[in-house]
Amino acid sequence: MAGLVTVFGSGVMTNSVPETENNDVIFVIGSNTKENHPIVALRMLKAVKKGAKLIIADPRRIPLVKHAHLWLKQRHGTDVALINSILHVMIKEDLINKKFIEERTEGFTTAAAAVEGFTPEVGEKITGVPKEKIIEAARIYAAGKNAAIYYTMGITQHSHGTDNVYSLANLVLMAGNLGRESVGLNPLRGQNNVQGASDMACAPNVFPGYQKVSDDAARAKFEAEWKVKLQDKIGMNAIDMMYAAEAGKLKGLYIMGENPVMSDADQKHTLHALKSLEFLVVQDIFMTQTAELADVVLPAACFAEKDGTFTNTDRRVQRVRKAVNPPGNARDDSWIIMQLSHAMGYEMNYADMSEVFDEVGRLWQNVAGINYRRMEKGGIQWPCPTTDHPGTPYMFKDKFPIGKAKFSAVKFNPSLELPDDEYPFTLSTGRQLLQYHTGTMTRRVKAIDTAAHEAYVEINPADAGRMSIDNGAMVRVSSRRGSITLKAKVTNVPDVGVVFIPFHYSEAAANVLTNPVYDPICKIPELKVCAVKLEKIQEDKNHAA
Amino acid sequence: MGIKLTIDGKEVEAKNGATILQTARDYGIYIPTLCDNPALEPYGGCRLCLVEVEGMPKPTTSCTTPITEGMKVKTVTPQVERLRKTVIELLLSDHPNDCMTCERAGDCKLQEFAYFYGLRSNRFYGKRRQYTKQDGNPFLERNMDKCILCGQCVRVCNEVQGVGAIDIAYRGFDAKVCPSFENDLNCEFCGQCVSVCPTGALTGRIWSKKGRTIGIKEVETTCSYCGCGCQLNLHVRGNEIARVSSKPDNHNEGWLCVKGRFGYEFITSPDRLTTPLIKRDGKFTEATWDEAISYVAERFKKIIADNGPDAMAGLSSARCTNEENFLFQKFMRAVVGTNNVDHCARL
Ligand code: SF4
Ligand code: SF4
Ligand code: SF4
Ligand code: FES
Repeated sequence: MAGLVTVFGSGVMTNSVPETENNDVIFVIGSNTKENHPIVALRMLKAVKKGAKLIIADPRRIPLVKHAHLWLKQRHGTDVALINSILHVMIKEDLINKKFIEERTEGFTTAAAAVEGFTPEVGEKITGVPKEKIIEAARIYAAGKNAAIYYTMGITQHSHGTDNVYSLANLVLMAGNLGRESVGLNPLRGQNNVQGASDMACAPNVFPGYQKVSDDAARAKFEAEWKVKLQDKIGMNAIDMMYAAEAGKLKGLYIMGENPVMSDADQKHTLHALKSLEFLVVQDIFMTQTAELADVVLPAACFAEKDGTFTNTDRRVQRVRKAVNPPGNARDDSWIIMQLSHAMGYEMNYADMSEVFDEVGRLWQNVAGINYRRMEKGGIQWPCPTTDHPGTPYMFKDKFPIGKAKFSAVKFNPSLELPDDEYPFTLSTGRQLLQYHTGTMTRRVKAIDTAAHEAYVEINPADAGRMSIDNGAMVRVSSRRGSITLKAKVTNVPDVGVVFIPFHYSEAAANVLTNPVYDPICKIPELKVCAVKLEKIQEDKNHAA
Repeated sequence: MGIKLTIDGKEVEAKNGATILQTARDYGIYIPTLCDNPALEPYGGCRLCLVEVEGMPKPTTSCTTPITEGMKVKTVTPQVERLRKTVIELLLSDHPNDCMTCERAGDCKLQEFAYFYGLRSNRFYGKRRQYTKQDGNPFLERNMDKCILCGQCVRVCNEVQGVGAIDIAYRGFDAKVCPSFENDLNCEFCGQCVSVCPTGALTGRIWSKKGRTIGIKEVETTCSYCGCGCQLNLHVRGNEIARVSSKPDNHNEGWLCVKGRFGYEFITSPDRLTTPLIKRDGKFTEATWDEAISYVAERFKKIIADNGPDAMAGLSSARCTNEENFLFQKFMRAVVGTNNVDHCARL
């Protein structure tokens, strides 16, 4: 998460999940926690039972709203305006932590100037949240002794996602809510090992442990361990790869366990890019939509069939243990990589996965104290530099990795594609509880597929009534990029003028519709907001039930 | 300052507000219970936890009685043992004799108490509850004739899960746990209720006939779905997962969601890839590992030779392990020679 790296020097969850139950104020923004991080939500409910105040900022009536003390129903894509006006109130009412700002931060004055125009009235006009609620949110948050913020894709999947993160960082810095147990700013990681995949540097600019490829000392260390010369030039990220493939500059692509045809923001473009490659290898447990396009498909083992570790959302490195054998000739991803490596003339010899982890520890101080023997007693949260270190539940106790944390002056930019006469609805996409990611696993679980079989679009009853769309009727949803047909689910979860589509279903893939514009810094696509229109599909009279 | 008391002659001390049961547990003194659960509010429903307290005329339920200074508690006396035995006998009088085929045999608290109190048949033959209503939800098997009305499922759904999908409806003999209007269960299907049920009243549908306790090996691992990283115990029989549970002393406190608890069926899906495939003339053909590996290596080497290493790129997965991701980027950097490596974690 590049946004947090800029302001603190590190982009991880500042607290651990168990600390949540001791929060006295919980501010959840852009996270449908109950469905996407169910176990974090349980800790939140525990805190609420102990008396914590729960503030939710979400355009949709997500399940957690039922337990909230205050629900801010901001319009899609107006988070910065909302946070800026909360900051405005905090400054005006002198609810800020001057000592913390003085000692541990820089840039307060310019950040404060940037929110000066965001009176609660202005905030109300942009976000649709009544100004009284904005003021109340500021007061509740500022009054918290153990206040923490939680967010996910609802914040980051925007063309201005990094700005959203900056403004949340401003909020915790103004309140001085960092560096203690149960206070902080917590990006909840979506997939099981997002944290680990970033830590292990499947990223074009860094080696494992966020050590820059351009840094001579870091490179020398890796060259010595791997006994090979390494490049100092930053590589291509996933999005650039697709463009380079289309342009014919990228010839070969090796994909392990991902399904970009389904998960990228613009399906047409991704399909075209992958088809332009000279040679595509996909290694996965199922024949995914991406694997269909491959020249070679390599069958992999799933989590229950192999040894290793995952790092969860609160930096906890935990063991994955082999319970059953993989089917047929499927093999561990690590075995496949090692075989390929040998075949290309480079020896990778590890007796087992613990040796691989030990190599990571030799190269990255923050996990140097973690090993398989210690993990027998349970997961360990990094940073953990030595084998007698207990691990780190919360971050930034005495200082930030960059010294002083940086305030940012954040301007409000509306989403790039707003509803108009032709495309009058705002489309938002996301996950639902039962299905997972692109559905390759969950759609093969019978019970889940029975309960959540079909793609659907959520429509507010008022819109449905106006357009005479019945619950369960088929509708066509179109954007400037394409259209899909799926069932209407009439519910008051989305607001009037807004529709929501879960992205797990390939037969009605939401990424046919979404806008492939990216946050300029994080390169996260704008999956949360684009403009669409709805059309009712006329039913054949004879079939009408 | 703690409160001092004696339990079974042993001097113990606990915080003001603690119950006799909590204090006894802290000191490793066993009191049998059926409705109590340390994660839930005290309930006082089953009366199995009765103890004698000096000065009190009748035995009292230890799970709801707070400790007081100088209190003298006895957990095992002929009187409470007799009462406990009667409690179990009464429960058995309205319980199907189904341990032979019950999913929970060997892991059922009612069966266990019947065993310890030596109860086979009992003195209280009478009318039995009959439940004909079948619940059509795809996840949970609800055998309400095995329900002992301990209320744990209702409380966990309410207190922990915050859903409140079920309640105890009706009174007395007709009392039963059900969703409102006795509809089919339509909830978050987290299975928290299944995990706390002391009997075979609640089980997972996909657990049926997959194995109970004999021949089961438990493997502790980490859930592969979301970033919560819940700790799972996979109950394995042969080469198949029979069920999933989680221990209360881990960071997810033994709670799971529907995906972690019931979402493992994909592992044995017939759609799993089982052999390397090479596309020839637009069609996939099966290959051996030797063929596939040397073919991929040759093609990669050729691209590198013709266009340089930066004509190659790798995309890895936030679903693979740390070790696999580490080796993957090492492969791209050290073997192929490019920094063109990324993962899809942005999504
Ligand atoms: S599965 Fe979960 S939500 Fe459903 S009744 Fe049981 S505890 Fe409640
Ligand atoms: S279903 Fe199980 S947990 Fe629920 S009341 Fe009955 S016995 Fe107790
Ligand atoms: S059990 Fe559910 S909440 Fe826990 S890690 Fe798995 S998917 Fe996430
Ligand atoms: S455990 Fe005390 S009454 Fe059930």
